[in-house]
Amino acid sequence: MVVELGHYALILALMLAAAQAFFGLLGPALQRPRWLAAVPSAACGQFVFIALATAVLVHAFVSNDFSVKYVADNSNSALPLFYRVTALWGAHEGSMLLWILVLSLWTLALVANAQHLPPFFAARALGVLGVISCCFLLFTLLTSNPFARLIPAVADGHDLNPVLQDPAFAVHPPILYMGYVGFSVSFALACAAMIEGRRDQLWAHWMRPWTVMAWAFLACGIALGSWWAYYELGWGGFWFWDPVENASFMPWLIGTALIHSLAVTDKRGLFKSWTLLLAVTAFSLSLLGTFLVRSGVLVSVHSFAADPSRGIFILGLLVLMIGGALGLYAWRAPVMKSAAGFDFISRESFLLFNNILLTIAAAVVFGGTLAPLIADSLGLGTLSVGPPYFNPSFLVPILPMLSLVALGMHARWRRGGLGEARRPLLVTLAVSLLLALALSLGVYAHPLTLTPIGATVGLWIILAALLDPIDRLRRGLRLPASVAGMSIAHIGLGVFVLGITFVQSNTIERDIALKPGEAAQLGAYQFRYDGGQDIMGPNYEGFRGQVSITRNGAPVSVLYPEKRRYWVQGTVQTTAAIAAGFNRDLLAALGEDVGAGAWSLRLQYRPLIRFVWIGALIMAIGGVTAVIGRRREQSLAARAALPLGAAGQLRGEGGTP
Amino acid sequence: MNRFLLPLAAFVLLLAVLLVGLKRAPEKSILPSPLIGKAAPHFTLPNLFDTTQPVTTAALQGHWSLVNVWGTWCVECRAEHEVLLQIKQQARVPIVGIDWKDKDEDALSWLAQLGNPYERVGTDRDGRVAIDWGVYGAPETFLISPAGTVVYKHIGAMTLEVWQREFLPRVGASASPGA
Repeated sequence: MVVELGHYALILALMLAAAQAFFGLLGPALQRPRWLAAVPSAACGQFVFIALATAVLVHAFVSNDFSVKYVADNSNSALPLFYRVTALWGAHEGSMLLWILVLSLWTLALVANAQHLPPFFAARALGVLGVISCCFLLFTLLTSNPFARLIPAVADGHDLNPVLQDPAFAVHPPILYMGYVGFSVSFALACAAMIEGRRDQLWAHWMRPWTVMAWAFLACGIALGSWWAYYELGWGGFWFWDPVENASFMPWLIGTALIHSLAVTDKRGLFKSWTLLLAVTAFSLSLLGTFLVRSGVLVSVHSFAADPSRGIFILGLLVLMIGGALGLYAWRAPVMKSAAGFDFISRESFLLFNNILLTIAAAVVFGGTLAPLIADSLGLGTLSVGPPYFNPSFLVPILPMLSLVALGMHARWRRGGLGEARRPLLVTLAVSLLLALALSLGVYAHPLTLTPIGATVGLWIILAALLDPIDRLRRGLRLPASVAGMSIAHIGLGVFVLGITFVQSNTIERDIALKPGEAAQLGAYQFRYDGGQDIMGPNYEGFRGQVSITRNGAPVSVLYPEKRRYWVQGTVQTTAAIAAGFNRDLLAALGEDVGAGAWSLRLQYRPLIRFVWIGALIMAIGGVTAVIGRRREQSLAARAALPLGAAGQLRGEGGTP
Repeated sequence: MNRFLLPLAAFVLLLAVLLVGLKRAPEKSILPSPLIGKAAPHFTLPNLFDTTQPVTTAALQGHWSLVNVWGTWCVECRAEHEVLLQIKQQARVPIVGIDWKDKDEDALSWLAQLGNPYERVGTDRDGRVAIDWGVYGAPETFLISPAGTVVYKHIGAMTLEVWQREFLPRVGASASPGA
């Protein structure tokens, strides 16, 4: 009964989404201001019913209601309570519900901030979000209903995929979706601006905080996913260029480009049509990612539900949403394009390079992801595209992009040249070069050609990002949130570049069979296998090995890698043991029992791998700092200016037809 | 041409690729069992009816046989039970059951109530044999040749249509002359 209420709530949410789309889009078009009042109410009601539906599904999982097919397929009475809750997004149907929930959260956030927007514009943006919500609710209800009953019920469930029984999995999908779906707001604002054919650039100003927040969430989500794969999949890799990873990475790259082109559009009124196109593309790539993951056109380790009949449905939705937006773009962008010039070595031109190079990078990933599909469609046979393609081709646009970051940060708007920033930039470059050479020749021996280059670029970005804040502090000036946020995000980028550089060039990896008491040497570290024992968990049994690590005879750490067999699905799961450190990770994973007490082991030394995830996290913190800090500054400024009646101007002009 | 139309054109091109990819997706999703054409994995299981006589792969030698993986907890197994009884009545191919992750008393009362289509039933309490056989979920039915090799595997409930379309022709092709 409760389960049917959840189903019913989802249907009601669909009705409200339709109302939101109808009144939001037609109210302004037919000049009916009174219709607009229905839009926020419909959005709020929609959120309430979607939250209710989610709560019902959680309840079904917690109470082990195996008469619900989705629960029976993805949970088990032996599954710990915590994982019974996170099992909600353990497979396709629940993931779609999470998608919709996150979309309604973003919609709610836009409703809460709509008072800063002209009423017609806000209604149109909410109307577009209503259309998206309608599409996904329809899709869920018609092809992937999480509330479908299983009659007769089974006594016990099929269990959650053991790979997903992990704390990181509890947060990775929701945060990733917050980013993925968050671009829907930028998309909706871009569509609203195009529908109105606005000639001003205020829409860019409104779009900036939403884009940055979604981008920050996406950075966190991707980093979490990479970290999860690193220790849960058991073999120590942190990025596989898997289609599903790429599906989240492409919107992030385009989102990064969008943030930078929005800065130009907002400040200078340039790149307008390009910015609109990026906003449409970022969310389109999110949608495309959903399609690729859910339809089974690409075979991936992530694709837990391959069902071609769903594919056709999603394809139809893509035509409606992406096709609609691109059609709108083809029609409206010509009247909205900007006409103003800038010098060759100005801030604008650096941001243009940033945009072009990031877009090429995204295109490289896109091509590699779709190449197997295209080859298959043309009947050229199966094609496997992996790191040997992605790693070098991605570097081609990304390395120049990274080399320009330090310069771009300090180039002046409009006017040519670097001005007084030239000297400190040259000094920081020289310092970075010396430090990088010392690092790659001294601390980390046997470097690749790219090692000193990567290290120089990473260090230069960090030092250059510090120039502005330090200069302001020395002169006793206040540090605006936007500058602070930008500096923090760029420092994060530098940290990330350093991490990637040294992980890629100085990782030591050995696969070796060891008997108890035998040892293997990896650089300065000695790994000794001490034997192991059988273990018993709540829903698995397995074997736990013990590996002692010493460095020049001094003990460093003792690792306990495990190999587990989960009863219900009979899946074997390798759980790597990792000694994490600020400057290096040491990893041991169990391979196979090769007899006579010996096990094959995978042993790894990975320098600076934490920098990869910490860097992504710092980037996200930079984004959030800029948005929240700026909001505070604006509300303070508005309060200060209120007696002068200037607050009214913050609202922009009223609704234009 | 209007350059603002280019993104739309690119999207249409992409759609065409996706559509073709989608058409071909079902072919990829049918995973043939890696066991097909290979010797049936060896097992020795306790006999449900007679604890002194284990059920082994020896029971599959010398004649065509079906290996049916089932359990009383499995909904679809109940759905296919009627079909299995009809196959037994045709008396062409004996069925060996593997009672998967089940309780003996449940299995015995199920067979007493619904009828027993099986020549023998081995009980796979901990599911280890099912892992050797690459079982995704019950029910699954394997066709084993007289030489003891796996010829065909059907995932999900057995129906008369599947039996006539997929199983009988394979048995008939080589079995009828000798039978």
